[in-house]
Amino acid sequence: MPELSYREAVRDALASAMRADKDVFLMGEDIAEMGGSMGVTQGLYEEFGVERVRNTPISEMAIVGAGIGAAMQGMRPVVEIMYEDFLTLSLEQIVNQAAKHRFMSGGQLKVPLTIRTQGGAGWSPGAQHAQQLEAWLVHIPGLKVVFASSPADARGLLWSSIYDDNPVIFFEHRLLYPIKEEVPEQLEPIPLGKARVVREGTDVTVIATGPLVHRSLAAADKAAEEGISVEVVDPRTLQPLDEQGLVDSVKKTNRAVVAHEAVTRMGFGAEVTAVLQEQAFDWLDAPIERVGAKFAPLAFSPSMEQFVVPQPDDVLAAVRRTVGRGK
Amino acid sequence: MAKVEKRRAPSEDTLREFLREMLLIRRFEEKVEERFRAGELPGFLHVAIGQEAVAVGVCGAMEDGDVFASTHRAHGHTLARGTHPNAVMAELYGKLEGCSHGYGGSMHLYDVERGNIGANAVVGGGLPAVVGAGLAFKLRDEPRVAVAFFGDGATNTGTFHESLNLAQLWQTKTLFVCENNEWAESTPGWQHSPVWNDMSKRAKAYDMPSVKVDGQDVEQVYETTKEALARIRAGEGPIFLDVETFRMHGHYIGDPQVYRSKEDRSEAAEQDPIVRLREKLQVSDEEWQALDDEVHEIVEASVEFAKNGTDPQPEDALKNVYA
Repeated sequence: MPELSYREAVRDALASAMRADKDVFLMGEDIAEMGGSMGVTQGLYEEFGVERVRNTPISEMAIVGAGIGAAMQGMRPVVEIMYEDFLTLSLEQIVNQAAKHRFMSGGQLKVPLTIRTQGGAGWSPGAQHAQQLEAWLVHIPGLKVVFASSPADARGLLWSSIYDDNPVIFFEHRLLYPIKEEVPEQLEPIPLGKARVVREGTDVTVIATGPLVHRSLAAADKAAEEGISVEVVDPRTLQPLDEQGLVDSVKKTNRAVVAHEAVTRMGFGAEVTAVLQEQAFDWLDAPIERVGAKFAPLAFSPSMEQFVVPQPDDVLAAVRRTVGRGK
Repeated sequence: MAKVEKRRAPSEDTLREFLREMLLIRRFEEKVEERFRAGELPGFLHVAIGQEAVAVGVCGAMEDGDVFASTHRAHGHTLARGTHPNAVMAELYGKLEGCSHGYGGSMHLYDVERGNIGANAVVGGGLPAVVGAGLAFKLRDEPRVAVAFFGDGATNTGTFHESLNLAQLWQTKTLFVCENNEWAESTPGWQHSPVWNDMSKRAKAYDMPSVKVDGQDVEQVYETTKEALARIRAGEGPIFLDVETFRMHGHYIGDPQVYRSKEDRSEAAEQDPIVRLREKLQVSDEEWQALDDEVHEIVEASVEFAKNGTDPQPEDALKNVYA
């Protein structure tokens, strides 16, 4: 089995789809010769050429909107928004256009567009280059939302996103790009809407996304030393959400923590918490704990950044609370 | 400014067909005003009375396979491209038989089979997708063009500027049709744009060829569009049509137009494109009456069709969210 980094896994999914299908092409800022600000598309310009790996002007509305138009004509564009923070510039096109053409046309149109973007704290990018805004998109009917935490997931989920007939927002995380793991020889598509049990356990379920999957695994190791068995579940797709997968785990462990890097208030974890109390209330032995960023824009200085963003110890503390071990 | 080199003059038969289409759109929209005031139509509506020559001239010049995106003032474009009046009226009544099956309404008319990829209720919102469609046609080397209708108000949106820049940069197969009626809702052109009376300057800023068009003269609209489409189809890049037209009625049905002088309104009324074409073709009173009776019947039938249409079930509201 080959070993791929998260960055290489994303690139491999793009290249595989482009080799398989002429209708797949890329648009984004600095994605051609430079290979993207995160280096994800390196080598693709050389392999596929200027027509299919298109550097764009700094025009987030037009990047997404042109993707919508090409998608509605049956192509499968993949556009890159360099930072999640810049999604704000294209939200009109995503929310009012991409998400609604199929609906407003009464089912006449499809918008098979994939919007890749990335963000995340941990390297002092400051307040405009690290926000985690996935919850905004989950709120919009008509969009699908994916947040991969591992190379294998990124590869299989991105392929499925490209071949989904709906607009998919595909979130990557800055700190995950160098993470490596063994992946299947052949790209195996992973269906959207299916959670993954990353680590099995019996005492408490931690439902985590993106980098918090890895921080939760670190917390689970520490918890194990204290005799607490933690199950870690990654929803992978935030919309559609594998509610059953999450509920099944919580019915087994009777305790739940939800963890993400985004601000806790109105974060994705709020929705997961609501789903669990609706569907698993009678199985819960403790209040559901939420772990997320504190309610502040992201400060530049490393000590402040570290304080705001959830770390493994924050997850561990939440785990301890759910099992009645105090703070 | 690009020159129209070859005249592609429409025959008299074609012009008579244009007159019929323009009159159909006029009577359709007058009926829509009447039925809205009678309380039969949900939501709110915008008519394009006075702008029929733009719709008929541009849509008449398009070919099968071409696509277009429209605006909140979309009835004329949709009818002119061949969507049956029954389907448009049924949509305004919110029926399943409507051209968007009751999911869209007046501001979201679609008819993908006839190239209508959506009327947009966000001013300027549809422009980037038309660039994308024009890009797809270029990448697939298809002899098709994507047409964007928008008003002068849209030229102040970010999507407009990003779209013109990208289209010209990438030489997409896109035609931009600026319907300059010199009103952005209630705000007159001189209050919303420094180039309100010469929108071609907007195109020039992006090095895009622009052609000035008298939007009340359907023959000129048709010929100019035909020529522009041929050039775009041949791969010469996008073209901007700076179409001067007149909105004879308010922004929306029921708009008291307190912001507009009587002089301005009567000036607009004098620019009626239908009157102009009728005079040009020297249509006799008898011929006119026969034509009017014919379209009247079509419009009445569309109302009957719509009223007898099927109301969606409430739970249909959850369909078509995902493909």
